[in-house]
Amino acid sequence: MKLNINRTLFSTAACFLIAVATPALTHAGDTIKFGVAGAHSGDLASYGLPTVNAARLVIDKVNAAGGINGKMIEMLIEDDVCKPEIATNTATKLVSDGVDVVLGHICSGATKAALPIYKNASILVMSPSATNPALTESGDYPNFFRTIAPDDAQAMVDVKFVLNTLKYTKIAVIHDKGDYGKGFAEFAKTFLEDSGKAEVVLFEGVTPGAVDYSAIVQKIKHSGAEAVIFGGYHPEASKIIRMMRKKRLKIDFISDDGVKDNTFIKVAGKYAEGAYASGPTDTTNNPLSIEAVRAHKEKFNTDPGAFFANAYSATLALLNAIDKAGSTELEALKKALQTETIDTPVGNIYFDEKGDAIGVGFSVYQVQDGVFVEL
Amino acid sequence: MDYFIELLFSGLTRGSIYALIALGYTMVYGIIGLINFAHGEIYMIGAFTAFIVATVLSIYGFPLLAIVVVAGVAATVWSSAYGYTIEKIAYKPLRHAPRLSPLISAIGMSIFLQNYVLLAQTSDFLPFPELIPEFAFMEPVAHIVGSSDLVILVTTTIIMLILTFVIKFTRIGKAMRATAQDRTMAMLVGINVNNIISATFIIGSALAAIGGLLIASHIGQINFYIGFIAGIKAFTAAVLGGIGSIPGAVLGSLILGLTESFATGYISSDYEDVFAFSLLVLILIFKPSGLLGKAETQKV
Repeated sequence: MKLNINRTLFSTAACFLIAVATPALTHAGDTIKFGVAGAHSGDLASYGLPTVNAARLVIDKVNAAGGINGKMIEMLIEDDVCKPEIATNTATKLVSDGVDVVLGHICSGATKAALPIYKNASILVMSPSATNPALTESGDYPNFFRTIAPDDAQAMVDVKFVLNTLKYTKIAVIHDKGDYGKGFAEFAKTFLEDSGKAEVVLFEGVTPGAVDYSAIVQKIKHSGAEAVIFGGYHPEASKIIRMMRKKRLKIDFISDDGVKDNTFIKVAGKYAEGAYASGPTDTTNNPLSIEAVRAHKEKFNTDPGAFFANAYSATLALLNAIDKAGSTELEALKKALQTETIDTPVGNIYFDEKGDAIGVGFSVYQVQDGVFVEL
Repeated sequence: MDYFIELLFSGLTRGSIYALIALGYTMVYGIIGLINFAHGEIYMIGAFTAFIVATVLSIYGFPLLAIVVVAGVAATVWSSAYGYTIEKIAYKPLRHAPRLSPLISAIGMSIFLQNYVLLAQTSDFLPFPELIPEFAFMEPVAHIVGSSDLVILVTTTIIMLILTFVIKFTRIGKAMRATAQDRTMAMLVGINVNNIISATFIIGSALAAIGGLLIASHIGQINFYIGFIAGIKAFTAAVLGGIGSIPGAVLGSLILGLTESFATGYISSDYEDVFAFSLLVLILIFKPSGLLGKAETQKV
């Protein structure tokens, strides 16, 4: 009971202090207002809360070291429950509170809804988790950056690998007709065609759960393809690669994150050997990542959650940009983000002109002696 | 021409796979007029039994042939026990109920068995051991028709011939046909109808188990859900060929398999199901009882 009273007292006091202190500080202009927006309650809270922790860890560390250019960093945390209709309110609230930069939002839909409001206020936004390709690629949001690879990035990684490393010119693209697999396959097809270096000789969907894939395998063979790019999950991938090998079709098999699963190797067995699959670049051995996870465990006594490393990296990148730019003005920040590289838990990154992080994303793995090996 | 032959064999393999399952559907329907929706699950249980037995035996280093025989026998016996029990629990009490009741009971049984295997085993895909080896003599044509394709084709043909023989020329076959024609009359002439129906379920389930072993070995993976999709396709094939007719089930399966294969090969695999089911609709419009089915006259 005593504890409760103390806590209430403390939080009241804190509110009072903030209420009194904030206007004074704003007038003095010596804090940097760092907005953190995302799902902090509701069923998707587990995607948003790790970002708050990540920002707090980095900001506490920077503040303890004297802030940036003598200014302390103040966190403004706002919940959008991952809902687009609420995200617009969240954004309006942050803008009217005079936020300088925003880390967020978490979900692609909410991010898309909030972005026009920040854009009008010329506020830079960086998301650790919104993967919808259009957010950066449409060019509609010049104030938007992210530290996670967009959905089409792995199609690009696979296509580049096929074109530049394996140097094939005739590709069959197969998918499982699902949202994920077909989406991936369509991106792969577009990138292959746009490259002008390769021809998509076959683009087809298979029916998941079919008892036999020999007809499509014969069709792949007949198409003269030098490699197969498959979009989908491991059960169909293992059936197809097995049938390819059984029909003595020895061309390379390249697939996505849905296949880069140890079950694929377990089920396809010897037939999986030599197959390629893309997956998120392994960063668990990065010293900065180890350090960030250790700091999280120390402060919060738990393992960090989803997108923690991306959020930690985004906070580092934002603060670094503010430091290098010497202001929080949008154009100056953009220039800093696009020119300065920074070491983060997800690797050494900088940003391209669209806002995607270069150096973060997917790697190609190959099955070698029954394990996925990063190439 | 090579391409045509390749697609032809793909279609035949697929058709034979459907036929192995469709035979069980058509037999049960022929005798008691019930669509046994749990048949796909019997096939799945057969595959799981074979998987468990084969995995254990291969740990102890038994020769492949011994593994195939023991796993095959175990799967057959175990699946037959399931088929027999399902009939006793879910269908026999409803034998005089309206036709829809046993149908719903069958769907319930199917869902129950799927979830039972999901909980008792795993939701993951499991690697099924290769019980059909790569025969050396098949190597020159392996790119067209593989060893497991050949085994499936031959097995389906043999099973169809044996079944036709049993039904046409043996006592039990005669009793089955009598039960199918008129259950009450069959009882009056001294046929134990309950035993005949049980026997039908046991034979159908044994076929499904053999199918489970061969097909799982061909595909190389199993999980609790494989019976559902395979069952739907096999059921379609049985209807196409004329449900209740044994050669009809095989003919329907082969036509379905070939249609899917050629649709994939010459048009697009995106549309293989569209073509397969359009064909079904077309055939049923012109021949409602299926290709080899007998037109049923309502008994008054």
